[in-house]
Amino acid sequence: MSHLLLRHRDIPDIGEIDVYKKNGGFEAFKKAVTSMKPQEVTDVVKASGLRGRGGAGFPTGIKWGFIPGNIWPHYVVANADESEPGTFKDREIMESNPLQFLEGVAIAAFATGANAAYVYLRGEFWPVAAILDEKIAEMEKAGFLGDKLFGTDYSLRIYTHLGAGAYICGEETALLESIEGKRGQPRIRPPFPAVAGLYGKPTVVNNVETLTNVPLIVEKGADWYRSLGTADSAGVKIFSLSGHVNKPGNYELPFGTTFRELIYTYGGGVTDGRPVKAIMSAGASSAVIVADDKALDTPMDYASVRTLGADLGSASVIVINDSVDMDWVINKTIHFFKHESCGKCTPCREGTYWMLHLIERIALGEDVKATTELLHAVAKQMQNKCLCPLGEFSTMAVTTAIERFPADFKASSSRAKTGTIEGGKHG
Amino acid sequence: MLAEKYPNEVKKILAKYPPERKQSAVMPLLHLAQLEAGFVDRHAVVEIAGICGITETDVAEIIGFYTLYHDAPEGKLRLQVCTDISCALRGADEFLAKVCERLGIQPGGTTPDGLVTVEAVMCLAACDKAPMFQVQGPDGIAYHENMTVDKTMEFIETARKEVK
Repeated sequence: MSHLLLRHRDIPDIGEIDVYKKNGGFEAFKKAVTSMKPQEVTDVVKASGLRGRGGAGFPTGIKWGFIPGNIWPHYVVANADESEPGTFKDREIMESNPLQFLEGVAIAAFATGANAAYVYLRGEFWPVAAILDEKIAEMEKAGFLGDKLFGTDYSLRIYTHLGAGAYICGEETALLESIEGKRGQPRIRPPFPAVAGLYGKPTVVNNVETLTNVPLIVEKGADWYRSLGTADSAGVKIFSLSGHVNKPGNYELPFGTTFRELIYTYGGGVTDGRPVKAIMSAGASSAVIVADDKALDTPMDYASVRTLGADLGSASVIVINDSVDMDWVINKTIHFFKHESCGKCTPCREGTYWMLHLIERIALGEDVKATTELLHAVAKQMQNKCLCPLGEFSTMAVTTAIERFPADFKASSSRAKTGTIEGGKHG
Repeated sequence: MLAEKYPNEVKKILAKYPPERKQSAVMPLLHLAQLEAGFVDRHAVVEIAGICGITETDVAEIIGFYTLYHDAPEGKLRLQVCTDISCALRGADEFLAKVCERLGIQPGGTTPDGLVTVEAVMCLAACDKAPMFQVQGPDGIAYHENMTVDKTMEFIETARKEVK
């Protein structure tokens, strides 16, 4: 099957506006603006079963439907903060198929009655923002952005906004704070962004990959989209495959593809031909899955992955072979979350701090059994108490690694010698 | 002064946000301000606070919160190696250690000529192309992917001739 999202892999110059137009580009946006009511566009997206690709999997059309008609103006914000360890799909879309993404932003804006949209990119995506700025200028010149589009009264402008290195800004309310020029700390919800978002106005926040699906859905219809994927998870998904595989990279596949197919058929198998020991299906935020035959043959859709005690999230599949101990894996994830905790709520700020101290003690081989139990207890106590998902995420790998790989948390002389971060792979 | 050095850029940045929401411009203005020297100096903080209609403390708070802003000079190039889980599974820790060893510095340190600061950083969304690093410098930010220690040393040698 040819690619629907990573279309540049079939049509290398799809990022050029002429090539994009020749391949049906902007037809969906034109159709929406000139022949559909905003509500009809939302209804098509609702009926398509499209769910948010940033990790939460919330139905996109339903999100758009929450925007009230009595508070104005409205905003659309594309979440291009892509900071989850193991996730690198949005960057490829924006670098190589930027116009399809921007057309998706435009359609979302029309559907929700927004005349301004912002693309929030992580600061490290400096060159990607430059590409988008160039494409936005080309779209303005070609009459796809600006005032009175296609001879109607509808006007739209898209702006990029660069972050500056903060994982937390992927959380939608922190992201909105950041666009407003403040520290990226999450807001207490409710009110939700759909009612009080950017500048206190109704705002839809959608992930880059989610929006890139939208032009195809408007063009080809909800039934076509539903025919791809599974009943629970419609459409295609970009799986970011990384870690111990021979061919890491992005793979656009229908939902329902198994872990085994992803790792062995597409990913070329495990590094050094070793067995796969564990899988993290949603990046560093993921519960750690024991990679037995049952897990490997599990279809990757939202509902099926849940039966393994994990989430599909943004489908950032990190493969870990048997050369690595899980205490080292969570040492890495804890360092990450400790660094990225925004400090606003106490369970996350203090919890990640203590988890870091405890995993460091384990790395040094200090009273490993008791320290592991304490680490597990701290992680458990954080759960369901944090202001935003970051705090919860920081505990997922910790509790599941300890519960599912107890043998990896035993005192060993080699561990004592290898130390902490520099310990790297051992075993 | 930003307004004198980059008048067009400042105007473009302000045009992105509603006129009554100038605070939104603080992040793009900080990116602009630190381009040349690699850090935001006191004068820029004062000027940006004035442009955005916020206090100097508000600006300093943003510099402190976001890791890509710096309030003190370091190497002209900041070579930032991702050592998070996916990159580490592909040898990023060893890569960082060897690069530092070849340069004779510790992670976080700067070469004696003031050219390069090497730092370990969090995930850069390039997990399939590890070992990798980004370089933060006078031209903004650029990624260097699928790197080896030798290729990195070559990059540094080339930069040593080009960056004054």
